[in-house]
Amino acid sequence: MTDLSVANSANKPAFDVAAIRQDFPILAQQVNGKPLVYLDNGASAQKPLAVLDAMDRYYREMHSNVHRGAHTLGDRATTAFEGARETVRQFLNAGSTREIIWTRGTTEAINLIANGLAPRLNEGDEILVSRMEHHANIVPWQMVAERTGAKVVPIDITPEGDLDLDSFNRLLGDRTKILAITHVSNVLGTVNPVAELIQKARARNVLTVVDGAQAVPHYQPDVQALDCDFYAFSSHKLFGPTGIGVLYGKARLLEDMPPYQGGGEMIERVSFEKTTWNTLPYKFEAGTPAIAEAVGLGAAIKYLNGLDRAAMEAAERSLLERANQLVETVPGMEIIGTAKKKVPVMSFKIAGLHPSDIGTLLDQQGIAIRTGHHCAMPLMDFYGVPGTARASFAFYNTMEEVDQLFSALQKIQRLFA
Amino acid sequence: MTASEQDFKNNPLGTKTTLEDVTDAFEFLDDWEERYAYIIDLGKQLPAFPDDARMEENYVHGCQSQVWLIHHYDEDTGKLYLLIDSDAMIVRGLAAIILVALNGKSPRELLTTDIDELFEELDLFRHISPTRGNGLRAMVSKIRDIAAAQAA
Repeated sequence: MTDLSVANSANKPAFDVAAIRQDFPILAQQVNGKPLVYLDNGASAQKPLAVLDAMDRYYREMHSNVHRGAHTLGDRATTAFEGARETVRQFLNAGSTREIIWTRGTTEAINLIANGLAPRLNEGDEILVSRMEHHANIVPWQMVAERTGAKVVPIDITPEGDLDLDSFNRLLGDRTKILAITHVSNVLGTVNPVAELIQKARARNVLTVVDGAQAVPHYQPDVQALDCDFYAFSSHKLFGPTGIGVLYGKARLLEDMPPYQGGGEMIERVSFEKTTWNTLPYKFEAGTPAIAEAVGLGAAIKYLNGLDRAAMEAAERSLLERANQLVETVPGMEIIGTAKKKVPVMSFKIAGLHPSDIGTLLDQQGIAIRTGHHCAMPLMDFYGVPGTARASFAFYNTMEEVDQLFSALQKIQRLFA
Repeated sequence: MTASEQDFKNNPLGTKTTLEDVTDAFEFLDDWEERYAYIIDLGKQLPAFPDDARMEENYVHGCQSQVWLIHHYDEDTGKLYLLIDSDAMIVRGLAAIILVALNGKSPRELLTTDIDELFEELDLFRHISPTRGNGLRAMVSKIRDIAAAQAA
């Protein structure tokens, strides 16, 4: 794999899933009288104690507003908050913390980019996305296209769920101004060859935006190696708190973009004659930020840094392999998305059953999955399904849980037979 | 196919299959598998739904599955008859329970029936609670709106 770097795992303890599960207190509970099997990580991942403790400690010992500098608590809060930004910078291997913007999540990050790039778009310009995008990487571009006369053009995918590279090569043309592509599909689990796409786009001076929401829980991206212009992700899928996310952007592009929202923090000087903007990253951070959440996200990344990432990826691969092997034990079950390179996400259907039936009856057995369109309606249309059932695994899931999922599915299948 | 008055009146749910039948049956169901097998069977009693009634005005929004609902008010007897369809089996079964409680009643009777209490009693409340996005709540509101309009 060329587009995803793996952290050095030397001198780290071996991967012990039982020990790791101790770090996630929420997992040790019963649901409907059965031990909880949480397989909805693609929607939102659970939080380790390190995150809960960091946020608790922040509020108990250091909370104050940031960047005010008049007292000790303010200094502590600012140090913790900016320390988290530095942790994120290292996680992404960005060149500078000026390039790390806090947002509410991936969705807000993409809206911010779309809004910021709007002045560069003209009638007839094209924004390339793919058919496997989450609505968050379609709708903001459609809104900007509406304003500017630009067009949103989808890259085709293959029936297996791989990006159709011929379609990409065909569509990438003189009118293409922006390539906005998901790193990993939330429905199919497909890992897109983003490094290759970015390289081709850059050769034509096309700006590149990567939706990393589903990638970061499984891989550590290196934004300098990828050479993307923008990369966005959400904290809550990366085992951190909800309500915060990250936009990485190249400094020279961010400098050039107009602010997204106006208010406190984002200004240098305000007067009724002329208001000037603060420097990066603050220009894009109007209002009091989500301080405790930033601290929590920093703690989540540090927690992940303490794990053996290579072993983690291997464990996740084993979960998916096991699941793939068991598909044939459930009559009528079919996987949607069989790309060559996948994260442990399994969308499926079972003949004769509606996804909501599957979800309801798995919940009865303590198993949490997601059902529905997964905010990817164009992809549902492509596969001609109203929705899918999706089991999405995290590194804290076990082989036993995969087996439990399949014995539960067999039971459901018998119930309807 | 268009629904005739007879189609509405032939719906066994709430007429031949009564609320008492359902609550009695539930008492003898031991585990979740038996309970859901019974719910799925109830769903199979939903009469065929006329294809030409699958239009926007009869669509119940807020469901993961597709849900359709039509009604017929019998001026002579003052009773309201309902037909429901869904492509999800569990939703069909839960809709059947709603019909058993509400179908073929006068709008006033219908409006005084507490569906939440019934679902609570059957230990199915979570399915109808506002936190579940399966549209049962929307289904019940739509029926109550229809009844309220007739009663007015």
